[in-house]
Amino acid sequence: MHKNATTKSYIVGFLLSIVLTLAAYFLVANHLLADKILLTSILGLAVVQLMIQLLFFLHLGKEKKPRWNLMILISFVGIILIIVVGSIIITSHLNYNMMPKDMGQYMLQEEGMQK
Amino acid sequence: MEQFLLGKLTWSALPHEWFTIGGTGAFFALGAGVIAFLTYLKRWKWLWNNWLTSVDPKKIGIMYIVVAVFMFARGALDAAMIWLQQILGASNVPGVLESQHGYLSSNHFQQIFTAHGDIMVFFVTMGFLFGLINLIVPLQIGARDLAFPFLNTLGFWLYVAGVVMINCFFLVGGEFGATGWLAISPLSELQFSPGVGVDYWIWSLQVSGIGTLIGGINFFVTILKMRAPGMTLMRMPLFTWASLCSMSLVITIFPILAITIALLTMDRFFGMHFFTTNFGGNPMMYWNLIWMWGHPEVYVLIIPSFGIYSEIVSTFSQKKSFGYSSLVAALIGVTVLSFSVWLHHFFTMGAGADINAFFGIMTMIIAIPTGMQIVNWALTMFRGRIIYSSPMYWFFGFISTFTFGGMAGVLMASPATDFQLHNSLFLVAHFHTMIVGGALFGIFAGITYWWPKVMGFRLNERLGKYAFWFWLIGFFVAFTPLYILGFMGATRRLDHYDASTGWQPLFIVAGVGLVIIMMGFAIQILQIIVSIIQRKENRDTTGDPWNGRTLEWATSSPPPFYNFAVIPEVTSRDAFWEIKKQKKTHVKYKDIELPKNTAMGIYLAGFVFLFGFAMVWHVIWLILASLIGCIACVTIKSFDENNEYTLTAAQLERMEKDREKYNFLKADVLSS
Amino acid sequence: MKATKDLPNEKTDNHKAAADERTIFGFWVYLMTDLLMFAGLFAAYAVLHNNTFGGPTTHELFNLPFALAETLILLTSSFTCGLGMLAAHKNKKNHVLAWFAVTFLLGLAFLGLELSEFSKLVSEGNTWQRNAFLSSFFTLVATHGLHITVGLLWMSICMGAVWFRGLTPGITRKLTLLSMFWHFLDIVWIFIFTVVYLMGVM
Repeated sequence: MHKNATTKSYIVGFLLSIVLTLAAYFLVANHLLADKILLTSILGLAVVQLMIQLLFFLHLGKEKKPRWNLMILISFVGIILIIVVGSIIITSHLNYNMMPKDMGQYMLQEEGMQK
Repeated sequence: MEQFLLGKLTWSALPHEWFTIGGTGAFFALGAGVIAFLTYLKRWKWLWNNWLTSVDPKKIGIMYIVVAVFMFARGALDAAMIWLQQILGASNVPGVLESQHGYLSSNHFQQIFTAHGDIMVFFVTMGFLFGLINLIVPLQIGARDLAFPFLNTLGFWLYVAGVVMINCFFLVGGEFGATGWLAISPLSELQFSPGVGVDYWIWSLQVSGIGTLIGGINFFVTILKMRAPGMTLMRMPLFTWASLCSMSLVITIFPILAITIALLTMDRFFGMHFFTTNFGGNPMMYWNLIWMWGHPEVYVLIIPSFGIYSEIVSTFSQKKSFGYSSLVAALIGVTVLSFSVWLHHFFTMGAGADINAFFGIMTMIIAIPTGMQIVNWALTMFRGRIIYSSPMYWFFGFISTFTFGGMAGVLMASPATDFQLHNSLFLVAHFHTMIVGGALFGIFAGITYWWPKVMGFRLNERLGKYAFWFWLIGFFVAFTPLYILGFMGATRRLDHYDASTGWQPLFIVAGVGLVIIMMGFAIQILQIIVSIIQRKENRDTTGDPWNGRTLEWATSSPPPFYNFAVIPEVTSRDAFWEIKKQKKTHVKYKDIELPKNTAMGIYLAGFVFLFGFAMVWHVIWLILASLIGCIACVTIKSFDENNEYTLTAAQLERMEKDREKYNFLKADVLSS
Repeated sequence: MKATKDLPNEKTDNHKAAADERTIFGFWVYLMTDLLMFAGLFAAYAVLHNNTFGGPTTHELFNLPFALAETLILLTSSFTCGLGMLAAHKNKKNHVLAWFAVTFLLGLAFLGLELSEFSKLVSEGNTWQRNAFLSSFFTLVATHGLHITVGLLWMSICMGAVWFRGLTPGITRKLTLLSMFWHFLDIVWIFIFTVVYLMGVM
């Protein structure tokens, strides 16, 4: 791991992370984009910063083959997506069908029906 | 003052009901017996130095299996109590003891089936599996130990701490959870379960869960990084592949279990609202999260048995495994697909047709890799010269039960059918078929197959075959009525029912089956005793009693404590088969490093247990004290650089000449 | 065959080096499991963050500049931790102590800011017992804070070891694990900042 670590890589990673953080901050603080695009953008910025830090701080992807660390990370990220996205989709369906006090709001939003 | 010292623990919590006292008495009698036995033989120091503080995975493996057998006895007793209640619970039978129907109160009945499920899944099956993997995988990959020997002993003692915790109410009092083996919310919330029962459940699973996760990481790293030179992934034995897949599942899913149980703890201990029925809590989220753990968990339990069957079919057909690559692909396929089916456990909770359809289809798809394996095993046997040993009997038992129960599972994979069968006895029969016919039979087969390697003598074959027949017949007699009852509309977890349903005769038949299974278990115990008595006649002197193909058979039986004096070079799959065909070349010994024994695993697990116990009873000072103890143990251990000792080449050469004396069961530890 | 490249060879590898490599790899696997545990917390937050039971929402409770300050402090500490590791590999004991002291102070500042945010919420009656949203918020953020606390404790023990015993290979390995842990915590914080604070204020 330490073969890949140089002062330069840490400085580059640090500066890029600051830029990405501030970018996301200003986008939200000044509401520069529409809601859905804003959401996608800040999540995208977070993912890019994740990759920057993985590369420059944790030196992932520069190890010699076989790149177990990278493969394991990718597998876990896949499972994390299943957990988080799966939970959101499933519970939104469950709430729609099963939570009576929200039902009026859902019916209005999703199907344009007044209770 | 008393409240500060003892938290919620009061004198009235101590065991005082009839069957709790019975259990307390049994534990004390057993404990007293063990203490007397050890004192009489003056074996305390030997036990401590050579077994309890050992980091040898072979010894840890044996200890896992011993504890698992004891927990199996307790879990089976719970099963017997359930069955008796269900037989006596028909409305035409007057109630006795504490109940209006049957002999158990509803609350006690619920505690018993909860404990039965948790014990069998967490402490019996996982215990057996971790035992077998510890014993066999290092030998199969040509390693001397696991990647992290200290974590191995720590993981074992955390498992023991979990065992103590789940039996704790027999010793200290309170109750157990009455919520089903997964403590469904909101029943498990404070509002509906105000006692300590669910807390005992929480902490026994959390404590042993940490141990399981640690063990999973350990096995995973070991298999990836400590294989013998030349053993590529595609040259690994199939049991090792299965262990790798199972442990990959363990490392991915046990964090989910830990956090879900932790969130329940947040609700119960800190008054939060994750899964409560009010203040915005969402009880359905609990079921979603816990089954995200729960479904892959059942694959954790079954995948190693698939590996065991592959080994056994190949050895006893005297042929290499047919379709090795597709067997590996099937194992990996099952592993990956197991993450996509969890919702089939709650089709009826209301996610709707679209979601249900997706998960129903995925559940049917996951049956395919399993089928692939069965085809490969059949083709391995085809044109082989089959030896009908007792491990092969267990394999045939698996084929007959697992296909039957598997089809029941595919039946329930359709959401429409599941709406009829969800939480019925059909479901109960299905999952017992999977775990007993699949996982447990595999464990029995594996124990029989590898017993000569570990213990140095063979098990009595005839008693083994009798035991098998009692298990198989008993299993069908016990569980076929449950399939029928499920179709008839019988719901699970009922402690009483109307006699006009006509269910009682089927429960009685099932009870007969249980008795037959118990007789099978008794014959297995007898088999072990008889085999020990007859061990000299049945000694395995070659190290290779079955004409095996994989590396574990290259060592003596039992193996020396260092496994291999010189790590073998592997040139192909079925590594030992190749070695056997080659001429024996002169070996050159080198100095080797071995890990020292350590008691720190016991101490750390002890502090973790105290932490859990203090959380159950809200004893604040003990929470803090045990936490400090844990931190102290971890810090002290991490600065212990002196944790290995060297065996010189000369010592190795001497020991190799006299393997009988230096096998791991006999050789007293060379260093402390 | 490329197959043999992934295997440690007992003939050529140094025993200790191979063991260290396994330790670092095993710790990486542990970090992945920790990440998965955080994923469960994120899933719970995602599902429950609108369940305010009539109480104040994220828009009313979160102070974005404050969160930005926390984020930049933690990011800087991750950077200084990296510089500390570079010094460790160059065997410069005093630089190691200096950089990790800075990291420690920044981490402590982060914790202080977080605790002040918590106490403000609690004093207004917005405790973790008030509703499911606050339960999930406090649990997610405080679990991260607990990891930071453990990291700080670990850091101080390591600094003590460096001070008294110098930069032995064993201690350098511990610092490697610690720095992996610290970087990992900053990565998790990126997502807490995004999902909790940024999305909360949107």
